[in-house]
Amino acid sequence: MAIVRRFLNTSKLVNISLNITLLLLAVGAALLVGSVMIMLMDADPIKAYQALYEGAFGTTNSRAETLVKATPLLFVGIGICVAFRGGVINVGGEGQMIIGALAGVWIALSLDTVPRFIENVPINDFPQITVVTLSLLAGFVAGALWGGIAGVLKAYFGVNEILSTIMLNQIALQLMNYLLNGVLLDPEQKDRVNRIPKTARIEEHAKLPRIDWFSDTPTRLHAGLIVGLVLAVVVYILLWRTTLGYRIRAVGQSDRASRYAGINVKRQVLYSILISGGCAGLAGAVQVIGLQYRLQTDGSAAGFTGNAGFNGIVAALFGGLHPIGTIPASVFFGALLIGAQSIQREVQVPASLITTLNGLVVIFVVSSQIFIKRLTKRRASVPPQPTPAAPKSLPALQEEAAK
Amino acid sequence: MITDILKASVAASAIRLATPYIFASLGETFGQRSGVLNLGVDGIMLMGAFAAYYAVFETGNLFLGLLAALIVGMLMGLAMAFISVTLQAEQGISGIGLYLFGLGLSELLFQKTVVTPTPIDGFPRINLPILTDLPVLGEIFFHHNLLVYVAFALVPISAFVLNRTTFGLQIRAVGQNPEAADAMGISVARVRYMTVTLGGGFAGLAGASLSIALLNIFQSNLTSGQGFIAVALVYFGAWRPYWVMGGALLFSTVNALQLQVKTIENALGINVPSEFAVMAPYVVTIITLIFASKRVEQPTALTKPFERGES
Repeated sequence: MAIVRRFLNTSKLVNISLNITLLLLAVGAALLVGSVMIMLMDADPIKAYQALYEGAFGTTNSRAETLVKATPLLFVGIGICVAFRGGVINVGGEGQMIIGALAGVWIALSLDTVPRFIENVPINDFPQITVVTLSLLAGFVAGALWGGIAGVLKAYFGVNEILSTIMLNQIALQLMNYLLNGVLLDPEQKDRVNRIPKTARIEEHAKLPRIDWFSDTPTRLHAGLIVGLVLAVVVYILLWRTTLGYRIRAVGQSDRASRYAGINVKRQVLYSILISGGCAGLAGAVQVIGLQYRLQTDGSAAGFTGNAGFNGIVAALFGGLHPIGTIPASVFFGALLIGAQSIQREVQVPASLITTLNGLVVIFVVSSQIFIKRLTKRRASVPPQPTPAAPKSLPALQEEAAK
Repeated sequence: MITDILKASVAASAIRLATPYIFASLGETFGQRSGVLNLGVDGIMLMGAFAAYYAVFETGNLFLGLLAALIVGMLMGLAMAFISVTLQAEQGISGIGLYLFGLGLSELLFQKTVVTPTPIDGFPRINLPILTDLPVLGEIFFHHNLLVYVAFALVPISAFVLNRTTFGLQIRAVGQNPEAADAMGISVARVRYMTVTLGGGFAGLAGASLSIALLNIFQSNLTSGQGFIAVALVYFGAWRPYWVMGGALLFSTVNALQLQVKTIENALGINVPSEFAVMAPYVVTIITLIFASKRVEQPTALTKPFERGES
């Protein structure tokens, strides 16, 4: 028995299942509070959650819509995993999405129009794969650079990244409003009195293809989801199987210890927000070339992002700040957001209930961390624990730093 | 002549529009001075704005509205204190949670009660004897609603409390060196609970100043991010009430100019894209933060939970 207990004590599995249990408890608690609120509004919580489930998963189309809603959350969430693991509180997802979308749509539109000026070169000469790849790349780079501003400010000027990213969100929004009323404005809108600030529609060969092989009826599900799944795996490998990832996590754990170990802390801070911003930028580009096929603004950030820049944080936290865990978490919150509309229809509870619950999930998840801390502390203080692998790789890192 | 009137009306509305920023960022200053970053100010403002609006909508009593906003704000501040002090949660992230909670709940309650944005009679502008009739100055300084004067009066009061009273000393001690404060017999937790709850009450009043004094209406996301600006203003103002007020005035001046952007363009004959006018204060804030963070020391224990026996 003692051996079993010892195994359980040291096992990584126990830690992971403890984490998952706490996360599920946090969400359960939020849903419970939600039922109380629904009851206070004279509605039946069981009926309401049933409507939510039906609305999110009831038909082929609703399942597809759930995944469509989950896609930007996944991208932003993956980025948040990197940032938060690196100790950078990036709340600039909204702005980074916007800048990514601007860059993505700009590439998609320019590669559309350039060939028209060249005689005898048909548009088809720009193959879809090239245009799409370049658009996505542009979205990533632009989002990364936008995040990078906050990264440089934090690393080299000591400016709190929470503040700078919030400011950059507003600046990005105004930049979008300006560009969509100016150089990026749809030529068709130019002569109208009441212009709608939006770009022209992108051509067929600039679109991410729709995924339609699983159903007969066409849905809006697009290949962006697959890109997101691949990105999750890539970022997982990056965080846990590369030196860069190790350093980023080390800095997130303790910047002082990392500095003593010879890690360039400032640079890791910059890297983690670059990657994080890039993922959010991809989210923006994917929304444009996969779903909306044009960029349009109603003057607010949420009008384009649908608050994905914030909800992605919720998904990442619920996913245990792990890129793979963020996948089911994004689907879950995508489902909540889609199901919210059915709740409103079926039991007359406003869809903003879901925003409220999202807030509660965040609060419950971060608040429950203290229990993990207490438990691990207690376990660590009883039997001598083998410390994690950190010291093993220190010499290797010092060697690298010395080079 | 035209430009004189313009200047006066811009200055007057700048002073008016500074009200919510001043309330919210003064409250946040207390919390941050004691070591707690409450990023959920915008959510609290929204709840305060709704509470005040709803109370006035139902009863017509403006002071009941203020009281409702104050209580709701303090309750949310208390929640934030519990989360950040007792549960020691990451402050930046739980603040985002609090923001989403307030954003969602205020809209939910509004749609369940009032449904359509209906204007109400808010705090009227006060006509002061003689002063209001002063040329130009009267329009700028002495023709505002009650909350404007309350907000500006709170600036010296806050500065006095922070710098000249025992309570202020305790706040600063807890924010600078919680271990030493604890050793001196000051309860770190108690002080932080008080400042964050107080900050919540101020944020509630900030919301009320929007919904029952400045705009006299409520709608979804009424604050549109002003609470986040208020948090930034505290850094901007280097945790000093007077400087924070200066920052608030800078922001509100640009907001006021924005409202008049067409008039200004006509008067000066230049064409400034309004987007850049809106963008300007954010850019200025970032630049100021760059310089401020080099010169000014922030409260050492800011965002760091305190636990006895942890060195």
